[in-house]
Amino acid sequence: MNTQSNAMPESTLNAQGVAPALAATRPLYWSIRRELWENRSIYIAPLTIASLFLVGFLISTIQQMPKMRAALADPMNQRGAIHMPYDVAAFVLLLTAFFTGAFYCLDALYGERRDRSVLFWKSLPVSDLTTVLAKAGIPLVVLPLVTFAIIVATQFVLFLFSTAIALGNGLSAATLWAQLPLWKMWLSLLCALVASALWYAPIYGWLLLVSSYARRATFLWAVLPLFAICVVEKIAFNTLYFANLLKFRLIGWYTQAFVPLVPGGVPPADPLTQITPWRFLSTPELWIGLIVAAAFIAATVRLRHYREPI
Amino acid sequence: MTVIEAHGLRKTFGATIALDGVDLRVEEGRIVGLIGLNGAGKSTALNAILGLTPYQGELKVLGRDPWSERDQLMRDVSFIADVAVLPRWLRVSQALDYVAGVHPRFDRAKAESFLAKTAIGRASKVGELSKGMVVQLHLALVMAIDAKLLVLDEPTLGLDILYRKQFYDSLLNDYYDSSRTIVVTTHQVEELQHILTDLMFIHRGRIIFGCSMEEFEARYLEVMVHPERIAAARALKPIHERQVLGRSILLFDHADRRQLAALGDVRTPGIADLFLAVIGNEAGETQGVAR
Repeated sequence: MNTQSNAMPESTLNAQGVAPALAATRPLYWSIRRELWENRSIYIAPLTIASLFLVGFLISTIQQMPKMRAALADPMNQRGAIHMPYDVAAFVLLLTAFFTGAFYCLDALYGERRDRSVLFWKSLPVSDLTTVLAKAGIPLVVLPLVTFAIIVATQFVLFLFSTAIALGNGLSAATLWAQLPLWKMWLSLLCALVASALWYAPIYGWLLLVSSYARRATFLWAVLPLFAICVVEKIAFNTLYFANLLKFRLIGWYTQAFVPLVPGGVPPADPLTQITPWRFLSTPELWIGLIVAAAFIAATVRLRHYREPI
Repeated sequence: MTVIEAHGLRKTFGATIALDGVDLRVEEGRIVGLIGLNGAGKSTALNAILGLTPYQGELKVLGRDPWSERDQLMRDVSFIADVAVLPRWLRVSQALDYVAGVHPRFDRAKAESFLAKTAIGRASKVGELSKGMVVQLHLALVMAIDAKLLVLDEPTLGLDILYRKQFYDSLLNDYYDSSRTIVVTTHQVEELQHILTDLMFIHRGRIIFGCSMEEFEARYLEVMVHPERIAAARALKPIHERQVLGRSILLFDHADRRQLAALGDVRTPGIADLFLAVIGNEAGETQGVAR
């Protein structure tokens, strides 16, 4: 269980300078593990949603078999019908990851002050920077990786389901497989996860800042100021710049990193043709967002230095 | 080696002055009791020493500035706070893993052997343990850290007498040696009397008194005076007088033991009695100035 610490003899750790890089990342590694111990929702939430989705999919497939057979028989609709559950699974789990990450961030620095455990964490040689980076790493790195693994697993189970159903109904498995370029879909999914994590970084940064600042009602602190700015702007200038900015912050990673699918449209045969990395990387809002996220995280580190138990 | 050195340490919360120019010096190998009333500034002083709160004035702990170098300082300093601060969700095994992971001076085997003497299971969560067990767990973690300074802020608050006694016994027998320094605040002063090497009284944000325990025992004597000799006793200028069960108990500083023995039963006073005498006199002086 504790292979990491057993593998490294104490003497090399005490000899500072022998492995300074190793010594510097160890607190970060253990701080991230600590977050996973405390916040098991990071993997339990997406796993629950994925299981519910699979059960729902199985029931609906069995119930709506004739309809499905008709859709699959129509060459125009075939690809759309085959892809639909895969896309819905990915979408639902991406949404779950976003909400899990958002609520995680809101509690990350508030909870430790509320239960006074911050006094214990601060009694150990772990800097505020390491602590906040570990916490920011959860929605920015750990959750996307967990989500990727769970979506891939879910889609693979879907793939086995649909193959079994196709074979059971005398449909050609080859036709099905030809429409499902799984590797490419997963590569595209990886792009979506990287793009959304980078795009949402300022949102997570803001929520971490609120959780390090607020003495109570973190959710209201996070949401009300944004809502108030929208309302004041609308009343004062009758404009919606800020509201549109927020909307773009929520959906922008998709519209900028992918060719958005028109509603009711059929997905292209090769999902990789939909990825537009250069357009995404040349979107100024991406870089502005990352700068803002860095500023929020820097402010959070500073606040963690100053804040005392509630 | 000086472990803690403070000059003119100040800290205010709005209009409240928590620390009003604290000067203190703690040498290596001492066990210092910081005694004060609620709100006297004990915890604020300890928080400043631990780098948990910003302050004005000069403060060096093991040669470092605690506020700007807390994380490096915590390699050499351990801390048990006034209430159980271990999070309820943490499992005992996770606590061991985590401290072993982040602390270069943590000896896991030592912590395991301390825990083996208790009824604490590795798979238990902190929230499932009794208050006494949580303190035992925290003590096991802290004692396995090879730190130079241990800060204890009301470590035994809310524990029954058995756990309190065990706590200080293990601290003295299994942890303390001449290279370690311990600073402790507590309300159960009398239990500490035989443990401490030094005494400091803090009152209204200032250190108003400090001495070693040898000095304390040499200087201060308490006499339960026979009623008929009370006038003679008062003539020797006691620093404090109180009534217990109709008898007068007088506290003397720098008095001759044989002379006092003629007046009644002589003994070394309790820390609490000296503390009350010192803050009583302090209050009198302040009032005198105010008039």
